[in-house]
Amino acid sequence: MSPSITTSSEANGNVSAATARAAASAAASAEAAGPQPVTLAKSLNTALVDAMQADPSVLVFGEDVGTLGGVFRITDGLTATFGEQRCFDTPLAESGIVGMAVGMAINGMRPVIEMQFDAFAYPAFEQIVSHVAKMHNRTRGAVKLPMVIRVPYGGGIGGVEHHCDSSEAYYAHTAGLKVFTPATVTDGYRMLREAIDSDDPVVFMEPKKLYWSKDLVDLAALRSSYMEGTTAGRTTEGRAAVARPGTDATLIAYGPSVPTALAAAEAAALEGRSLEVIDVRTIVPFDDATVCESVRKTGRAVVIAEAHGFASVSSEIVARVQERCFHYLAAPIRRVTGFDIPYPAPKLEKYYLPGVDRILDAVDDLQWEN
Amino acid sequence: MTISADHTAREHASPVPAEDALTEAAKKFGITAEDYMLPARHQIEMVDPDGRLKPEGEQGTEPGHEYPLPGDEELLAAYEQLVVGRRVNDQNSALVRQGRMAVYPSSHGQEACQVAAALCLSDGDWMFPTYRDAVAVMTRGVDPVQVMTIFRGDWHGGFDPLKHKVGIQCTPLTTQLLHAVGVAHAAKLRGEDTVVLAMCGDGATSEGDFHEALNFAAVFHLPVIFFVQNNKYAISVPLAHQSVAPSLAHKAVGYGMAGERVDGNDVVALLAVLDRAVALAREGSGPLLVEANTYRMQAHTNADDDTRYRESAEVAEWRAKDPVNRMRAYLTDRGLLDDSVEARIAAHAEAVATQLREGLSEDVPVDPQELFRHVFAKQTPQLKEQSALLADELARDAASTEEAGK
Repeated sequence: MSPSITTSSEANGNVSAATARAAASAAASAEAAGPQPVTLAKSLNTALVDAMQADPSVLVFGEDVGTLGGVFRITDGLTATFGEQRCFDTPLAESGIVGMAVGMAINGMRPVIEMQFDAFAYPAFEQIVSHVAKMHNRTRGAVKLPMVIRVPYGGGIGGVEHHCDSSEAYYAHTAGLKVFTPATVTDGYRMLREAIDSDDPVVFMEPKKLYWSKDLVDLAALRSSYMEGTTAGRTTEGRAAVARPGTDATLIAYGPSVPTALAAAEAAALEGRSLEVIDVRTIVPFDDATVCESVRKTGRAVVIAEAHGFASVSSEIVARVQERCFHYLAAPIRRVTGFDIPYPAPKLEKYYLPGVDRILDAVDDLQWEN
Repeated sequence: MTISADHTAREHASPVPAEDALTEAAKKFGITAEDYMLPARHQIEMVDPDGRLKPEGEQGTEPGHEYPLPGDEELLAAYEQLVVGRRVNDQNSALVRQGRMAVYPSSHGQEACQVAAALCLSDGDWMFPTYRDAVAVMTRGVDPVQVMTIFRGDWHGGFDPLKHKVGIQCTPLTTQLLHAVGVAHAAKLRGEDTVVLAMCGDGATSEGDFHEALNFAAVFHLPVIFFVQNNKYAISVPLAHQSVAPSLAHKAVGYGMAGERVDGNDVVALLAVLDRAVALAREGSGPLLVEANTYRMQAHTNADDDTRYRESAEVAEWRAKDPVNRMRAYLTDRGLLDDSVEARIAAHAEAVATQLREGLSEDVPVDPQELFRHVFAKQTPQLKEQSALLADELARDAASTEEAGK
């Protein structure tokens, strides 16, 4: 055994050496120039490659993430590129994966771990709630846990039970966790990079129905702008995005519901109604300013989420907007969410998921004068 | 298995298969891998309750499970810590009775385990203790008052885990064993020779994280010593309700690791077994499980009434096996302990007790703003708002109190 890994994580006072922020990686040189059709899966994968390239303390592990490259292929090629020490399969035990990541983060690493599916993360709940979320606070900041828990979540893929939960509220409700959820290919890259670089633990919720959606993206430019720390490249934490500007009402959505909200806005435009779409991006911390600025401007709002509505992130958003924008509101804020039922079987999920029609119905209910 | 600084490395270095490592370890002792993994037929015990060194044939050792007697210096150091540990336990229980501490889960009767757990480790090693392991944490060198902060009630913990290489005193059972596994894994990937000792009790072996931690440590072949203090009760529930395994040490073989059981009130045997376990782990033989057979002499905490679930005769039986008296008799008999050494050790113990009394009766000012300070490394706007809200509330309180005083 020769001591050979150098830890560049400065989070827990480890030796900072060889912070190899070399922009040009093997992956980069293979990329075509200019904007190309890129999937969310590919942008997440590229973010992992680049983060591992930039910082040798970044490790990836979980179930089937090694040889297979993950059941959604998000970790594809990492073991081949970085070796089995940096991307590896663990025994099939989610509490073990999270608990071991806690210890690794204590000891200078930046683990990025994968929970295979939303509902398979529940065995790790105690580790997440009692340790991941609390370690920094209980040690008065002495121990930081720079770790990312990746959770593919949500439905819309025809999955059987336990494969389609929207579990974000459990994490958002837990003090000490940051909760990110990208909705675009570009955000997939920069938000995952930012989550990995964060000294706080981040639960990174990946909308699995968007994994194969494509945008025209210049990955090399995205990488450079992230590395340079330009506004376009980073600081998505706590910053919602105006996904589509509008003037008549605000649709507030996150993760898998953002494309649905955009489709609803498109349809509304044909009927002469201008809807602004806000992509929340980071549920924790929540960007009150951007959301409220939009609602004060439009005076009407609909919150859209796949998760159950009761005691949910959507109810929190309604409460926050109502507290801050009451006198600007022309109508009560409406919600379009999943029903308060266990996630339905594949042939029934279309009745459950928020869709364009249900969103437009909610918009119609916003007490328009004419 | 090390991580190359040249992180374009493409080699697929597989972890050493567990069976190979175990065979290697077994070869050192001239026994089969099965005999290496299975605990010896009897627990390892070296000094009897009256303080007499047992004849070699009665120490529970057998081929491959032999343990050399620790050196005099180590034994004397252990005795000193035993005396200090007992004094600390009794002082803390008194402070709880006086209302100066909220609660104290005492390790009275388990001091030999506490002391050996700390003394078997080197400076670069890590320890992951439970809420009952305050004496082990102190023996590791953490300031006693800092250790007791969790029980004094002004914060959840009082020491810096990174500075002392001691995990937080963990309340959720066995969750810390996985943290120990992670620390060991990170160290191994960097090629460091860190050994990690992870502590839990008999009841905790029923928890799922116990299983996951042992399995992970074995599969990744990590230098972790799982040290189980079998003190016979999980609050009120006796061991028979937790497990019907031949012993808790026998659980090791199911994971492909070595297990051993030892008289947990015999610090000589504990040091002998743990020293060898640490050396084996450091050499790369993988994780080990050590079960210490001991007894929780007092109730779970001051809030518990142990007369509801156990007979006083049973407690008396264990009082006769006391770890401190046994060691005193043994060392005196060996001529290693005389009145002057005893007096020096007693003075040390008293000094620590005084430090605790003074440190814990001190009214430490609490800062309400600290509630928000450490939740995140990078604070959220929401917590900034809430912090301002509380500051405003307190300012108005102070103003109205001042007004009333005029």
